[in-house]
Amino acid sequence: MGIHPPPQRIWWKEPVARTELVWVIIAFLWGLIMFSAMIYWHMAGEQNLSNESYRITPEAFAAKAEAMVEKYQVREEAGFPVVHPPPGSDVYMIAGLWQWWPIIEFEKDQTYRLHLSSMDWQHGFSLQPVNINLQTHPNYDMVVTLTPNEAGEFGVVCNEFCGIGHHLMIGNIYVTEN
Amino acid sequence: MSTFTHRVCPATGLRIHSSAENLIKANAVTAIVFLSVGGLFGLMVGLTRWPGVHLLPADWFYLALTAHGLDLLLVWIIFFEMAVLYFASAILLNSRLAAPRWAWTAFALMLVGALMTNVAVLQGNSIVMFTSYVPMQAAPHFYLGLILFAVGALIGCFVFFGTLVIAKEEKTYQGSVPLVTFGAITAAIIAVFTIASGAIILIPTFLWSIGLIGNIDTLMYKTVWWAMGHSSQQINVAAHVAIWYLIAAVVLGAKPLSEKVSRMAFLMYILFLQLASAHHLLVEPGISPAWKIFNTSYAMYLAVLGSMIHGMTVPGSIEAAQRGRGYVNGLFEWLRKAPWGNPAFSGMFMSLVMFGFLGGISGVVMGTEQINLIMHNTLYVPGHFHATVVAGTTLTFMAATYLLVPLIFRRELIMKGLAKWQPYVFGLGVMGISLFMMGAGTLGVPRRVWDITGADAILKFDYSGAAYLMMGLNGVSAIMAALGGFMFIAIIVGSVFFGKRTGDKPLEGLTMTTATKYGSAKDIKIPGTVVLVAVFFTAFVLYYFVNWKYLAEVWPLR
Ligand code: HEM
Ligand SMILES: [Cu+2]
Ligand SMILES: [Cu+2]
Repeated sequence: MGIHPPPQRIWWKEPVARTELVWVIIAFLWGLIMFSAMIYWHMAGEQNLSNESYRITPEAFAAKAEAMVEKYQVREEAGFPVVHPPPGSDVYMIAGLWQWWPIIEFEKDQTYRLHLSSMDWQHGFSLQPVNINLQTHPNYDMVVTLTPNEAGEFGVVCNEFCGIGHHLMIGNIYVTEN
Repeated sequence: MSTFTHRVCPATGLRIHSSAENLIKANAVTAIVFLSVGGLFGLMVGLTRWPGVHLLPADWFYLALTAHGLDLLLVWIIFFEMAVLYFASAILLNSRLAAPRWAWTAFALMLVGALMTNVAVLQGNSIVMFTSYVPMQAAPHFYLGLILFAVGALIGCFVFFGTLVIAKEEKTYQGSVPLVTFGAITAAIIAVFTIASGAIILIPTFLWSIGLIGNIDTLMYKTVWWAMGHSSQQINVAAHVAIWYLIAAVVLGAKPLSEKVSRMAFLMYILFLQLASAHHLLVEPGISPAWKIFNTSYAMYLAVLGSMIHGMTVPGSIEAAQRGRGYVNGLFEWLRKAPWGNPAFSGMFMSLVMFGFLGGISGVVMGTEQINLIMHNTLYVPGHFHATVVAGTTLTFMAATYLLVPLIFRRELIMKGLAKWQPYVFGLGVMGISLFMMGAGTLGVPRRVWDITGADAILKFDYSGAAYLMMGLNGVSAIMAALGGFMFIAIIVGSVFFGKRTGDKPLEGLTMTTATKYGSAKDIKIPGTVVLVAVFFTAFVLYYFVNWKYLAEVWPLR
């Protein structure tokens, strides 16, 4: 029994039942398949994070975002600038207590380089209802090259706890039909 | 032989030394006190996240959630694990406990540490969640409490190792250690690694909180923190799997199918699970895909392999024992005629099923490098770990407590009728919270959020009606789980204080007669288990590929 010393002291030389052996082999092969699936997706799949990121101070990142807003702002909503940057360009979204700034307008099926960084604590970039989730750190500029493939109004909610206003931290991304 | 006071257990013939017995009692009782406190916080959290009820105000919600995570994941589980370690060494090996004074020091340090951290949280200036990600800062005594707690646990591990040495020297047992003790040894080895990582990260964080260190890198913090946070989950798995074997042995006389396979599976935990801290870092900036893949595949899923093996050998050994007892008809007579009215058995078996089907599968899927993108930090994550750490570890520990009460506290259970139902009420409730939180997470609902309506936010996002439904059902399940928890506390506390003293048949009424010697290798037939495992495997494969399909539908990105 499991609570008594094994009958054979040299337990590692015991024979193994076939059922057990077969299951060990199947489970092992399944592990190999799951391992290969991740590599396969890097070659064939379209959703793979690169590890492009840079060290940056919050001030430098905010300056870049402000420069972008200056250049591409098209209107204002609820006190937030709405920017419509050209396809292919670098787009900046600031995470800070407790807002995502600014509101960004993309064009459908165009590719953008979205930069994310935090001014203070960690935040969670959660694009809804698409359900893309990325972690946003202070002092790191994370670059995600993405291609919105549907038009509509999307929410960016914060899903990393960032203090008492965490639930207030909602932003918007719009994708326009072109 | 030994001059220490001991008694002989009438049920198992084991020699039980009073030093070990008292420590097991103290640690188990303290664990259960924290379980009740943390469970109450859990209920409040669940009811607040039910949009129709929205019980607590925001600041109290975040406070309750911090306390809930700490008191349960850390305090309840680790106190109970100390009891398990002392049991698996001193009791199962017939030995006295090494250095009981040190064990009491460990107990005191852990208690002081736990209280200190709780005070910090309740004072309202350390509402940082149990992960306490920098640069969000808690009060110094928040970290100090955690450090004291960890030092205590480390001392406890060394008392455990010391007891192994003493037992060997004093020849209190013949041959190799029993399988359950072997499992406990793997848990304790992982614990030492875990606590070392904890020290590496918590000590600098403490120094930072009192102003001696200027800055802590957020990514470095997370990497090392999860080296502790993740491997501590392996302690839990090793401990609760060991208890599965323990309960199968005590209640049904089940014998491992093969000692070799089961022990190898435990060894895999030590060899491979430490690498897994990466699956908490899959969507962080600046981490290379190669490193992520190597680590998330736990060097090709060898540790998952360990759990999948136990997933067959535990029910297999039960089937073999039951068939040996004569339940040989059809595929499942052995299962139908299992002692479902014995809370130790029913709790253990439900835990096995839910840990595998809900916790195991969701964990592997979520830990896949790219799939993590559609789940990270949504409610899917707490959904997953309530299946592992509540349905798995907590329910198993509850089941084990039903054996500790007659064997160690030497009291009969009171309210036996209620005790029969307790694992089902709790198990069903936990199944609910874990499934509905996973469902809500799939619909994008974030974790650790007081309100999802965005009522006070400037910009808005509306979740689907289905998401609200999930949160409501989660609230209902939270009530059920809390009810099951309350039943447990009432039964156990009542029994310990008011139960009749047990006579020379402490397990009578709780268990069946001890089994025959049936169950060793070669000719075992376990067709029922083979079917169960096949169902499990099919579910696993289907769910895995469905999630790749979900992933393929989101915006292309790199
Ligand atoms: C009555 C039983 C329980 C209920 C109703 C319950 C409910 C919940 C709910 C609703 C959340 C919140 C998810 C969120 O908003 O992010 C949560 C979080 C959590 N629960 Fe439980 N839970 C219970 C038992 C347990 C147990 C026994 C453990 C540990 C062994 C546990 C560990 C945790 C942890 C670690 C978190 C995450 C806290 C965080 O995000 O910082 N829970 N629980
Ligand atoms: Cu935030
Ligand atoms: Cu937040």
